Amino acid sequence: MLVGFKNDKPIFLQLAEAIEDDILSGTYTEDSQIISTTDMAVTLRINPATANKALGYLVDEGSIYKRRGVGMFVMPGARGKILTKRRERFGQYFVEPLLLEAAKLSLVEQDVIAMIKERGGVK
Amino acid sequence: MTTIAVKNLSKRFGAIRAVDDVSIELAPGKIYGLLGRNGAGKTTLLNLITQKIFQDSGQVMIDGCDVAVHDALLSHIYHMTDKNYFPDAFRVKKLFRFCQAFYPEFHLPYAEALAEKFSLTPSKTLSQLSSGYATILRAILALASNAPVVFFDEPVLGLDAAHRELFYRELIAHSCQSPKTIVISTHLIDEVAEILEEVIILQTGRIALQQPVEELLEQACLVTGANDKVSNFVAGRTVVGGETLGNAKAAIVMSPITLDERHAGEQAGLEFSRVNLQRLFIALTNQPGVQR
Repeated sequence: MLVGFKNDKPIFLQLAEAIEDDILSGTYTEDSQIISTTDMAVTLRINPATANKALGYLVDEGSIYKRRGVGMFVMPGARGKILTKRRERFGQYFVEPLLLEAAKLSLVEQDVIAMIKERGGVK
Repeated sequence: MTTIAVKNLSKRFGAIRAVDDVSIELAPGKIYGLLGRNGAGKTTLLNLITQKIFQDSGQVMIDGCDVAVHDALLSHIYHMTDKNYFPDAFRVKKLFRFCQAFYPEFHLPYAEALAEKFSLTPSKTLSQLSSGYATILRAILALASNAPVVFFDEPVLGLDAAHRELFYRELIAHSCQSPKTIVISTHLIDEVAEILEEVIILQTGRIALQQPVEELLEQACLVTGANDKVSNFVAGRTVVGGETLGNAKAAIVMSPITLDERHAGEQAGLEFSRVNLQRLFIALTNQPGVQR
């Protein structure tokens, strides 16, 4: 998990999403241990409380669980949950800005669909 | 775990109110950024808290006790200043042993490990150290002090980029291992923005604000777009800064913007983005007397 922080949302959320990405891609499999707060804070040069907040968020989301004295692990079924959540947001986070930009450039729906097809469609 | 409370602290130097009715509280385990423009009173405030100089009025309380009465409590704070208080002829390794003898909590193996990481030669005398290495040595002494509260006043002054990175990482690793209250006073805000949990901004001796970094950044919003549209949108809101470039305008808004307002703004061609801490700091401290 290597994150180049952007300035578009809180750091803890960017961290949580980076871990979710790793769960989606299979870097972290179910019941495997994820990076510790200390490692995350030191490697990414961030406040330990921010790293904790990211992990707390993932616990609340049901994506990871804590084993006392050992660390944090990926919850069975987390990948499916994250997939559902991300799909629900896809329209708002990706399609909406696409449509806004298309409107700015006076592109019509067919233009946008043609461009998607030109690139081989959704893979 | 040590709590520090500063109550209505004031200090004048002649006609200048260097620290003017300052009240702050430092909770255990947090990393604070003490920010302020040149001459804002940062160093004076730290010197007052550690009683290197004495206040005209006000109190400094450590764990609820007034340090003016219980000065032994000052041993809870290690203050890294820009000065070297040790003899020039001392060698680094001798200084480490000296510190171990005088400060019971001083962690010698950690100091030696840090010296090696920073390639600080233990056999050098203090007078042989470059200004960068003199700073590194003071930072090492502060980290190895094991005091529950550590003040770093300009901890990376004169350090090259690689050494600054190393210092920040060591600071974070150290605070994970043994949680303590850390106050970093620095002008390099971009470098520490993600390390800080809370900021204290001083302006001409007064507290302009004390707030968690994330909360502060969530409050601020940069609105950009066509000059007239931005002006219309920000009318009646709290604007702390911004700039105009030809027909385009950027404004930093500090009052809440609802999702509906934002959506309407986006439809009208405005862009909304987060502001980083350094830019926000500059905007806030360029204001004549931020009062909150």
